[in-house]
Amino acid sequence: MNLHDPVDAPAGSATETPVFAEPWQAEAFAMVVALHERKLFTWSEWAQALSSEIKKAETRGEASNYYQCWLAALESLITGMNIAPKSDIDLLTRAWQRAALATPHGQPIRLENDPDRL
Amino acid sequence: MPHDHDDHQHDNELDPMAARVRALETILTEKGLIDPLAIDAIVETYETKVGPRNGAKVVAKAWSDAGFSEWLKRDATAAIASLGFSGRQGEHMQAVFNTEETHNLVVCTLCSCYPWSVLGLPPVWYKSPPYRSRAVIDPRGVLAEFDVILPETTHIRVWDSTAELRYLVVPVRPEGSDDLNEEQLTDLVTRNSMIGTGFALPPVKP
Repeated sequence: MNLHDPVDAPAGSATETPVFAEPWQAEAFAMVVALHERKLFTWSEWAQALSSEIKKAETRGEASNYYQCWLAALESLITGMNIAPKSDIDLLTRAWQRAALATPHGQPIRLENDPDRL
Repeated sequence: MPHDHDDHQHDNELDPMAARVRALETILTEKGLIDPLAIDAIVETYETKVGPRNGAKVVAKAWSDAGFSEWLKRDATAAIASLGFSGRQGEHMQAVFNTEETHNLVVCTLCSCYPWSVLGLPPVWYKSPPYRSRAVIDPRGVLAEFDVILPETTHIRVWDSTAELRYLVVPVRPEGSDDLNEEQLTDLVTRNSMIGTGFALPPVKP
C-alpha cells in the first residue's frame, strides 16, 4: 500500500498537487464554508454529517471519493433543515443536465437553456 | 484526429456530481443563503492563498524566537492568530513539539478534521481510510511508509483531531540550520513535517 505522495516538497512549492480535482468539488467545499459562516450549522454538526456519510460509503466499500461524501453530507443537512426536499434537488439536477446538453459548445451553461424548463 | 459531431455535443455534458452541485447552488442562491460571488472568493482563497506555507511561517518563527515558541506551546490559537492565520470554523489549535524523545503524528480517525488555516486543505492520503485507521493502530508502520524511521527509543504520540481541536506539529529544527534566518528556515518546513509524516528538510550546503 502506498499511502503518500511521491515527494514531500517544501511547503507551498509548485510541485504540490492541486487541492481540488474537479471544479464541482471546490464549489461543494465553498458552499459548506459559506453556510457555516451564516451559522446554519456548527462545525461539529458538519463534522458529524460528513463522518456519517464517510462511514456509509466505507460500509458500501466505496471509500475513495471524499468529495462525494462531502456533497452527500451537505445534501443531508439541506434536506434535514427543510431548506429543500430531495425531490426538488433531483428535479433541478436533471434540469441542469438538460440545460448543459442544450448549450452550444463554448458558451456558459445556464439553467434557462433547459428546453423543458417550466 | 477526426472530431465527430457526437463528441462535440458531449463537450457540455455535466456529470451527475457537477449537476447536483449546481442544483444545490441554485436552491441556496434562490433562498438567499449563499452569494455566488462569495462562493468564488472562498474557492480562490483555498486554492491560492491558504496553504502549508502559513504553517511553515509559524514553525520557522517558533524555531527562531523562544518567546513565540513558549506562547505557541501555551496558547497556539492566539500565537498563530497573531501572524494573521485564524480558523474560519472557530476551531482551537494546539501545537505539539517533536523532540528526540517524542514524535507527534496527527490524524482524524472520524473524517478529515485538519488545521486549514495553517496547512490549507488536507492531502488525499490524510483522508484515506488506510491512513485514518492505521495511524492509531500501527503508527510506526505508517511512518515507515513515509520513510520516517525513528529510533526504537523515540515514543510516538498520535493526536486525533476533532472539529473543535486541531493540531500542528512543530518538527525538530534540522541540524546545521543555526545560521539561517526565519525566511530561510521557512523553506525547510514541509507540509508532511507539520502533520508528523515527515521531517524538516536539511539545509542546502552552500
